[in-house]
Amino acid sequence: MTTVVTIKGVDKVFPSRKGADTVALRGIDIEVASGEFVSLLGPSGCGKSTLLRIIGDLLPPTSGQVVVNGKTPAEARRDRDYGMVFQQATLLDWRRVLANIELPLEVAGQAPAERERRAREMLDLVELNEFADHFPWQLSGGMQQRVAIARALTLQPELLLMDEPFGALDEMTRERMQMELMRIWQQTANTVIFVTHSIPEAVFLSTRVVVMSPRPGRIVGVVEIDLPQPRQFETREEPRFFEKLVDVREMLRGAEE
Amino acid sequence: MVATPASPPAPALRPLVGFLLILVALLGLWEGYKLLGQSTGGTIPFTDVNLPVRTDDRSLPHIWEIVGSILAPAQRGSEEPLGLVLARASFVTFREALAGFAAGSTIGILLGLAFVRSPLVERGLMPWVIASQLIPLLAIAPMVVLWAGRYRLPLWIAVAVIAALLSFFPVTVNTVRGLRSPSPTSVEMLRSFAASPTQELRKLRIPASLPYLFTALKVAAGASVIGTLVGELPSGLPDGLGRQLLTFSYYYGSGPEKLFAAVLFSVLLGVVFVALVGLVERLVIPPARRVQS
Repeated sequence: MTTVVTIKGVDKVFPSRKGADTVALRGIDIEVASGEFVSLLGPSGCGKSTLLRIIGDLLPPTSGQVVVNGKTPAEARRDRDYGMVFQQATLLDWRRVLANIELPLEVAGQAPAERERRAREMLDLVELNEFADHFPWQLSGGMQQRVAIARALTLQPELLLMDEPFGALDEMTRERMQMELMRIWQQTANTVIFVTHSIPEAVFLSTRVVVMSPRPGRIVGVVEIDLPQPRQFETREEPRFFEKLVDVREMLRGAEE
Repeated sequence: MVATPASPPAPALRPLVGFLLILVALLGLWEGYKLLGQSTGGTIPFTDVNLPVRTDDRSLPHIWEIVGSILAPAQRGSEEPLGLVLARASFVTFREALAGFAAGSTIGILLGLAFVRSPLVERGLMPWVIASQLIPLLAIAPMVVLWAGRYRLPLWIAVAVIAALLSFFPVTVNTVRGLRSPSPTSVEMLRSFAASPTQELRKLRIPASLPYLFTALKVAAGASVIGTLVGELPSGLPDGLGRQLLTFSYYYGSGPEKLFAAVLFSVLLGVVFVALVGLVERLVIPPARRVQS
């Protein structure tokens, strides 16, 4: 397995004028292999979103090293190795669904015919073909998020970075979206780094869960989730799923003491 | 389905019906107020307190007198009705206002873009932009007219400059607001697939700013009409509405309804201008977005 992301000794400090600097991340080391689904799990303030933004070159680390596909994050971003999905779908409300998905292709300078072909393929992938001509606000929250996922995947990025993408959805929609994401992940064989503060979500989706703790943000441990693939609806009802939930929960609690 | 007299008006006609109802109510209020004053001898009923505005025909002419003056010849020995004279003057004023509006809006948009691109420029220039709105217009208008005369520029340019001075401000402020309206996450989304700053502007910030911009353009359209009228007064331009307003205020004693007619045309000019901008807005911004904003 080739390594996609290597993080070594990353610190992130947000300076404050009063002198009480916030240490958002301290001494982070992670390696993510190709095709893995890694969750960053922890309570608010543990720096998981900050870490995701450092990997995606939206924030610079204060110190330490990040390598993505053998490049710096800045180079990886320039080469469009990233697809990002945020808690808000951030669809542009003046563009129809298809045009929203075409946006990255437009930015990359692809021809209109090719853009449409590719965007329709992506709509197929998230099973929203009939909504190509709708405006974003005509869709439900879950559907908007599926469009955002389609948009993030149009450029066939190496690495999919997801920042609490289902955090704003209700529990039922959330579980359906998790199944959907599993299906997409199986189909595209992407490497995924997924930020969440839901323990069942992290366990259900991931091949590995990185457990983080706040003040300062750090990694307290990693839990391998060797549940059989593909994950299914019944996965959540298996005893081994519960064992993994307990493992992760214990690790989180251990960090608090 | 057969339409019955009691059926509600078609949706497209509803705003028009509302407008007419309010118009009738306003006219009723005007004449009712006059009637009230005349029956009590100019005081609030059952008191000795004078009504805030006098109700005699010189202070408050009858509506039919104002309408009549619009239809009657403007001057003795002339066939031309006052309405035609005022309409022609309105058109002249409109052209000047349009020039001022175009110049002011262009400057406003460019300033807005510059401010968003460079906070340093914004901090340096913003106080001056605000100061420009605090200049007493009546004082500066004759100066601008003199300056224009010195460079042998046509007088209408001086008038347009004053209109531009009034209209660039709301456009500047709202352009800045609109360009900054996208959420930080939307900006991150574009950066995640390496959009350039120019693409960020074209694909995200400019489309997001349009509803803000058009709100400002409507304010600017109204302001440019006001600026033009004020500018026309000292310029001595003979053809515009400003001159008509001035003339009829001189002869207010002998014909108050004519000044009211001229005021009516000034207001109508502003309304038409704002409505025109609204029309362009409808063409530029798809209906789906207007529902939202």
